[in-house]
Amino acid sequence: MTKPQSDIMATLAYYDRERLMAATRGGASRRDMLGLLGALGIGAGFGGTLIGAATTAHAQTPKKGGKIRVAGFGSSTADTLDPAKQSFSTDYCRCTMFYNGLTELDETMTPKLALAESIAHDKATVWTIKLRKGVQFHNGKELTSEDVVFSLKRHHDPATGSKAKALAELMKEIVATGTHEVKITLSGPNADFPVVLGTFHFLIAQAGTTDFSKGIGTGPFKCKEFTPGVRSIAVRNENYWKQGAGPYLDEIEFFGIPDAGARLNALLAGDVHLIGNVAPAAAKTILATKGLAILETKSGNYTDLVMRGDSAPGNNADFVLGMKHLMNRELIKRNVFQGYAEVANDQPIPPLNRFHAADLPQRKFDPEKAKFHLNKAGALGSPLQVVTSPAATGSVEMGLLLQQAANGIGMKIDLKQVPADGYWSNYWMKVPVGYGNINPRPTADILFSLFFASTAAWNESAWKNEAFDKVLVAARAETDDGKRKQMYRDLQLMVHETSGIGIPVFINGLDGHTDKLKGLKPMGTGSLMGYAFGEHVWLDA
Amino acid sequence: MNGLIGRLLLQRLIAAIATLWFVATAVFVITNLLPGDVAQELLGQSATPEAVAGLRKALGLDVPPLQRYFQWLGHLVQGDPGRSLVNQMPVAGLIGSRLGNSLLLAGITALVAVPVALLLGIAAAVWRGSVFDRIIGAGTILIVSVPEFLVASAAVLIFAVHLKWVPALSQLGRIDGIADVIRVFALPVFTLSCVIVAQMARMTRAALIDALSSSYVEMAVLKGASPGRIILTHALPNAVGPIANAIAFSLSFLLGGVIIVETIFNYPGIAKLMVDGVATRDLPLVQACAMLFCGAYLILVTLADIAAIVANPRLRHQ
Repeated sequence: MTKPQSDIMATLAYYDRERLMAATRGGASRRDMLGLLGALGIGAGFGGTLIGAATTAHAQTPKKGGKIRVAGFGSSTADTLDPAKQSFSTDYCRCTMFYNGLTELDETMTPKLALAESIAHDKATVWTIKLRKGVQFHNGKELTSEDVVFSLKRHHDPATGSKAKALAELMKEIVATGTHEVKITLSGPNADFPVVLGTFHFLIAQAGTTDFSKGIGTGPFKCKEFTPGVRSIAVRNENYWKQGAGPYLDEIEFFGIPDAGARLNALLAGDVHLIGNVAPAAAKTILATKGLAILETKSGNYTDLVMRGDSAPGNNADFVLGMKHLMNRELIKRNVFQGYAEVANDQPIPPLNRFHAADLPQRKFDPEKAKFHLNKAGALGSPLQVVTSPAATGSVEMGLLLQQAANGIGMKIDLKQVPADGYWSNYWMKVPVGYGNINPRPTADILFSLFFASTAAWNESAWKNEAFDKVLVAARAETDDGKRKQMYRDLQLMVHETSGIGIPVFINGLDGHTDKLKGLKPMGTGSLMGYAFGEHVWLDA
Repeated sequence: MNGLIGRLLLQRLIAAIATLWFVATAVFVITNLLPGDVAQELLGQSATPEAVAGLRKALGLDVPPLQRYFQWLGHLVQGDPGRSLVNQMPVAGLIGSRLGNSLLLAGITALVAVPVALLLGIAAAVWRGSVFDRIIGAGTILIVSVPEFLVASAAVLIFAVHLKWVPALSQLGRIDGIADVIRVFALPVFTLSCVIVAQMARMTRAALIDALSSSYVEMAVLKGASPGRIILTHALPNAVGPIANAIAFSLSFLLGGVIIVETIFNYPGIAKLMVDGVATRDLPLVQACAMLFCGAYLILVTLADIAAIVANPRLRHQ
């Protein structure tokens, strides 16, 4: 990204800076920019110079045409074009080419209208969604409310095998109130509902679809070929409803190369234009190669130390606190992730989220404090077993660092490394002390509801906190952003202080690409431009 | 000879059916012992008990294992290996779309590796004890001891990344003319040849030396037969048995054991398909692949035995 020269840039917080530059590069109009600057408390007078500075480097206009080959990092016979069943980045990348959602999320994870023409709500509980007219599926059928009702209702049926079943439960009633209008009644108020609709699993397919392997949606690309575990070929949808922007490419061939070394070699050899998930060590090789570049995406992805509160030793508050102080966050950032990470503070809301509480005191690596608490918990006497696995990114290395730190205070940690295969069903949340890995979620509410609410199915550390549950529900219904921010700050503080998980760092996403591929920018929704690069990238041949 | 081959084929057919049944049962039992089932693997982190139960029911996994086993066996006997539990596609189609790729890779590798191995083995046997023989002996040991992922990765780094002679990935979609075939298959065939040539060459050498030291070869030498005649018509036919078996063994490896090559070169073959099947606990797919590998192995071994009979005058005229 362009190094900002202006003095104003220095006065902005890092995140605001990034947001501003991203917006400028993304082609935000002058009017949008002034609005954004206003929101950041900066006068319009300064704005002009700033916009000038950021746009010069990105003044190229996108070109149409060209074919690219992209290698994602996982692919198997379980690959799917069924929006409800998507499990991995490979599926997300493909489905965002072929389908659209009612909304879509921008780089700050703010929902923008997509297939929805307008969204209105009554007390954040009853939502009326008007659909854009004249939008066609790839097979020529026009999008109507029937398709939306079908796509959303599918999640409720266990036979669908939806990954978003738990999230979809919040929609109590989904009815078509016209050919282009849908009314959705929620089980309770939820101010974030438009964000939920913009997530991958709620992409809209055609009513009555039983065979999803054809990828018939309304998206920027049509599916020409799809073989699970082999590849997909997407060709530009000339009839795309969005005007004046992408898609630019004629064709995208997408396949997975699970082996990290082979994926890197494919990029180095010029076989592919873009690869997902580059290991931090490999990023150096890519940066040292002429004609290649790295796309770094800050994200909310974290690997956490999970201490189960329903069994010893995690049920002892001193043990938990001691272990949190035993994590050397700076060292983890430097050694495990080669600097491609952000130090975290034992709470799951990342700095890029607008509700991140930056004012919480940062917990630091403090062997003395750790020793004091662990001694008080009586944990220094007997060896502690910690389960690590390649399934939880970086946990094997993080475990080793933890073991070393424990050695320093006279505590013995037995590391038990188990295979990635079957880790999530057999070890995660089952062993007293182990590691988890949580992918970014679009809203603070979803993250807290899925992983921290007392009744949550994936409450990793079996953490029960009534006050937390109450504020969480209240914040969901609150439509005033200022009040919400305060509520979410309180929730972050509670998790930071008493929950049984330790989050040392947020892991940045790294993708490698040829510098001929333009239009890539980091998105808050995930790596590879929130897995939706297809619509936005173009080839400068 | 025909009687002998006929008897052999009949014996093998009966043994094959028994073996296949045993393999099918063993794979069924083992995959059922693996932790987690297809519903849990599919739902991953979203596997709430309720969601798992619902999906299990939809996939027909709520039926007792024994009943599922007989259902599957019944369909298989009628020639239907069932549908993939993971993506609902017919297993026969999934395998069919990739079996051709695997056979193509195996075929090209065999075309390259078998003649090379035979030539090396025969040459080493003829000039046994010479410097050439010792180089072959040490060289084959060296090559077979290097793990194939190392050979493959090093080959990619040298020939694809640095020299840019060939692509790093072997994808069939980009083949246009014979030059492309060579470019696309160069690295995987080279890697696989490294693995199998050594074994076949050593076996050829050993079998041939054994035959060359026999009294009938000594007799032929005394009668003044030319070296070429001695090797090709006197010694080699008697050595075909063990050589053919070594080749059959290597070729069956080419069909199902090339997961590393498929992974590194992103080649859509059948080994990767089976690994996917195991990872997602997709029982019908795993079963079908296991049966296929087992069947191919049995066929190759039988062919090797037939080759030994046909090539050997003593067996042929029995």
